Amino acid sequence: MALPKYADPLERAWHYIYLVICALIFLFLIAPILVVMPLSFNAEPYFTFTEKMLKLDPDGYSTRWYDLLLTFGMQEPDAVRDSSWWADAWNNAHWIQATKNSVIIGFFSTILATTLGTIAALGLSRSEMPARRAIMAILISPMIVPIIITATGLFFFYSWIGIQNWGIPYLGVVLAHATLGIPFVIITVTATLVGFDHSLTRAAANMGANPTRTFFKVQMPLILPGVISGALFAFVTSFDEVVVVLFVGGLDEQTIPRQMWNGIREQISPAILSVATILVIISIALLTTVELLRRRSEKLRGVTPR
Amino acid sequence: MKFKTALLATALTSVAFAASASEVTVMSWGGSYTKSQVEAYHKPFTAETGIKVNSVDSDNPATPIKAQVEAGNVSIDVADVEFSDAIRLCDEGLLEEIDTSMLPAAPDGTPAAEDFIDGALQDCAVANIVWSTVFAYNTANVSMAPVTIGDFFDTAKIPGKRGLRKSAKATLEMALMADGVPAAEVYGILETDAGVDRAFAMLDTIKSDIVWWEAGAQPPQLLADGEVVMSTAYNGRIFNAAVAEGQPLEVVWDGQILDFDLFVIPKGAPNKEEALKFITFSTDTKRLADQASWISYGPARKSSGALVGKYSDGKTDMAPHMPTASANLGNALVNNFEFWVDKDAELNERFNAWLAN
Amino acid sequence: MTDSTANGEMLTTADGRPLKAALAKAEAHAKRRAFLLVLPLLAFILITFVAPIGQMLFKSVNNEGFTVHEDLGTGVRTPIMTNIAAWFDENPLGTDPGEDAYEALAKDLVVLRELKAPGQAGTRINYELSGSRSMFTKAARKAKKLKPPYKEAILDLDEDWGSPKLWQVMRGASSSFTSNFYLAAADRQRDENAKVVMVNENRQVYVKLFMRTLNLSLLITFLTFVLAYPIAHLLATLPLRHSNLLMILVLLPFWTSLLVRTTSWMVLLQSQGVVNDALVASGILGDENRLQMMYNRTGTVIAMTHILLPFMVLPLYSVMRPINPSYVRAARSLGATSWTAFRRIYFPQTVPGIGAGALLVFILSVGYYITPALVGGADGQLISNLIAFHMQKSLNWSLAAALAALLLGGILILYWLYDRLVGIDNLKLG
Repeated sequence: MALPKYADPLERAWHYIYLVICALIFLFLIAPILVVMPLSFNAEPYFTFTEKMLKLDPDGYSTRWYDLLLTFGMQEPDAVRDSSWWADAWNNAHWIQATKNSVIIGFFSTILATTLGTIAALGLSRSEMPARRAIMAILISPMIVPIIITATGLFFFYSWIGIQNWGIPYLGVVLAHATLGIPFVIITVTATLVGFDHSLTRAAANMGANPTRTFFKVQMPLILPGVISGALFAFVTSFDEVVVVLFVGGLDEQTIPRQMWNGIREQISPAILSVATILVIISIALLTTVELLRRRSEKLRGVTPR
Repeated sequence: MKFKTALLATALTSVAFAASASEVTVMSWGGSYTKSQVEAYHKPFTAETGIKVNSVDSDNPATPIKAQVEAGNVSIDVADVEFSDAIRLCDEGLLEEIDTSMLPAAPDGTPAAEDFIDGALQDCAVANIVWSTVFAYNTANVSMAPVTIGDFFDTAKIPGKRGLRKSAKATLEMALMADGVPAAEVYGILETDAGVDRAFAMLDTIKSDIVWWEAGAQPPQLLADGEVVMSTAYNGRIFNAAVAEGQPLEVVWDGQILDFDLFVIPKGAPNKEEALKFITFSTDTKRLADQASWISYGPARKSSGALVGKYSDGKTDMAPHMPTASANLGNALVNNFEFWVDKDAELNERFNAWLAN
Repeated sequence: MTDSTANGEMLTTADGRPLKAALAKAEAHAKRRAFLLVLPLLAFILITFVAPIGQMLFKSVNNEGFTVHEDLGTGVRTPIMTNIAAWFDENPLGTDPGEDAYEALAKDLVVLRELKAPGQAGTRINYELSGSRSMFTKAARKAKKLKPPYKEAILDLDEDWGSPKLWQVMRGASSSFTSNFYLAAADRQRDENAKVVMVNENRQVYVKLFMRTLNLSLLITFLTFVLAYPIAHLLATLPLRHSNLLMILVLLPFWTSLLVRTTSWMVLLQSQGVVNDALVASGILGDENRLQMMYNRTGTVIAMTHILLPFMVLPLYSVMRPINPSYVRAARSLGATSWTAFRRIYFPQTVPGIGAGALLVFILSVGYYITPALVGGADGQLISNLIAFHMQKSLNWSLAAALAALLLGGILILYWLYDRLVGIDNLKLG
């Protein structure tokens, strides 16, 4: 934002104050996320910068907390690090188990949410859709209803239908996470469908393509970026969700957030910060992907960015 | 799609596989206490029987038991609970009964019924340890060392935040003892409405300086981080933080409240047979004594007492750190389980209303 | 438009059907197709989301604690307190319980004892009359030894058995359906004449917590607005290349795990944490006067403001971006000061964005659970935390459901308002 030429000194001063204020607000937004990164390399079990750290003394830093992430829960953490040590870590280390669970739950709930959500978004974006507004409101509501209410309801519901006896692992959590991820899929996919030129599908139909073929050959490529963004949102929602897991997850269904939740409440060691750091890096990667997709989608649809 | 089905199939078979091996899920209090049980009970149990032990943590295992059994969704086989909770849950039909005659006799042949401390064997529960709620401080952070339970409630004498367990049990008793009530009269006074008011009035004096904790692992952490200057705690947690981790923490035994921890089996536990095996194995003379070499909780069998020696580092004598050591019993209160069986729900309700106000 | 051409002949399609009918059919077909696409998801949401919540809400008006015992091992359901319920049916409210009533009670206590259910029945009564649970457990223990006259025998155990209030509560609980949990959720109860009155002052919690939740949410909404407005404005007026870069600073927190952000705030706000350390090191604070910013309301407000800030920035930004800068310039050239130009020209155009952001932030913050639970201490807890407490700790599920229903009702109204004013379609995610 350039300052107009006719600005008087007072306005100039105000303009710079304004920029400083904005910088401080951006700092407020980002500093808490970045502060955990250096602290996760603290050599001491404290949550603050030690003198050695401030002097950039290498002794003040260590990767011990990352190592602890790996060894925590292992049968023989102190053994020689050969293949059997790694096998032990893979099978027993708590954080690795949590990661596996999080990925499995996230994967299946994302597939479910994206499939159902995309198909529904196709229907919702048609002008002929009856009761569009009401149905949309119902489909988005999982995002609005407080998670504690959802979790409470699911706790009773799952106990009542006895879902744990069906023999399908993770089923309860996967269904719940899919429900929570669906609003994001709907929002992103309908957003890509806004301004979608329906004459394209009509043209395809005219040329003899059946609806399925039209969908995969014409619509899909155009909305794909939106679908992927929606899927990423759904995955992140599941990957970050703790309350439902706490209420309905089986005892062996420890996920990363659940493990973090326990860790934060009990012994909040810098190990938690190293998990946090890893998660921040993952979110940076995801954010970049989504941004790139958004730009690609805009280019594809010929929408010039505002 | 093939990929998806393949993945699902893999996920399914891996779980089916896990379910076929016999296992038992034990819920305990987490942190160094669970660690002591893993070392003394779980590992040797698995080595001897081949039954896998899944260890699960909770702030207080009695609460999830009740929720699970009432919702008809039980996944715990064995839980480690406090005395009054064991009796209360048993009264309410939430626990399986345990035939205590199957428990092994002491090495010298004394039958289990006589070998266990009075009250340690109940219809639905078998005690494994004697522990106590004490208060502790960080020697690096206090202006002067507290000596009595009264000092804990005296913010003028020793300024700073206090950590307290977020529950009525033990908190109310300590408040009364700090107010000058002798240990022997505490429950008599707490039985009356005026006595309860008195305890809350005492808590009011430090209310704004309290940091509440729920998990047993929190107090040593709060003390070590300097978030509080003093905190109530389970005595073993402080011992482990001080001895194993070298934290400058000190226990004050004045006003300590003794209690049992007992093993129980929730009604409808999925692996009841294994659960019984686990309890029988873990509460024999040797295991209970072993457990005491990992954390400073007293074994519930008399015959184990003689076997308790040093901490697992091989240096520290355990005896003076036990809540039952005679030097520590100067002003000690034994938790009145009957009182809490009846009053737990009511007093916690009042406590939470007080907390929210 | 008419259906027929000038010569009165109907317009028909190639296969001879009237055009209007064919069109209507095609439209109906298209409608059905659109609906069929949505149907699987709608069914899914109804089953995995709406039904569970409905089932939970049912618990807020239904509690079988005093009417049915379910054996937890076998699942066998046995009616309990049947004799006393029959007595209540025969005798209207206000009847003094006589020997017949106490005899019915004694019989029911024996049944309770056999079923191991005195705790269950006592707990149900204790919800409404604190201190009565232990009366049931004690009396049931001695139930078999009770001899007529029962009134005397039971009053001998505890004279509180004669309390009219107790009898009124038992009367209410002898039917499974009740509105009393909603009363309790509003800090109200029924007195011995079934009239609605406030509960004892030292037990009034819920209204206070609803008010606190409301106040803190308003405060957080206001703070996010104050912080979001300047940066949204900056983002909207910078050239796209720069603003896209800065936008990442807004979106990154949005994509970062909630637990990570909460942890970060714990690290920053602890009394031995980064902020306090910095203040002490710079000499602003003495080492003894470290600020208590965590385990209290302050912690909740700071962390939640940070977490919800992106939800305010994004709608503001999307409203500000298309605002044509020439309006402000025109105002300036007509002699307005920069403040007037902002106040009269720019600000009014951003109001829809403020509305959208504020409603969204407010809706999300009234239901917050995790952050207050971790950094809120005792006085930074919100209503969600209390619902969780009654769900997991006190196990008063009916009360939890009643509180949840009230919270949900409030949120649905706001949600409806949001849909009216903003439109759900305009919800944007970056």
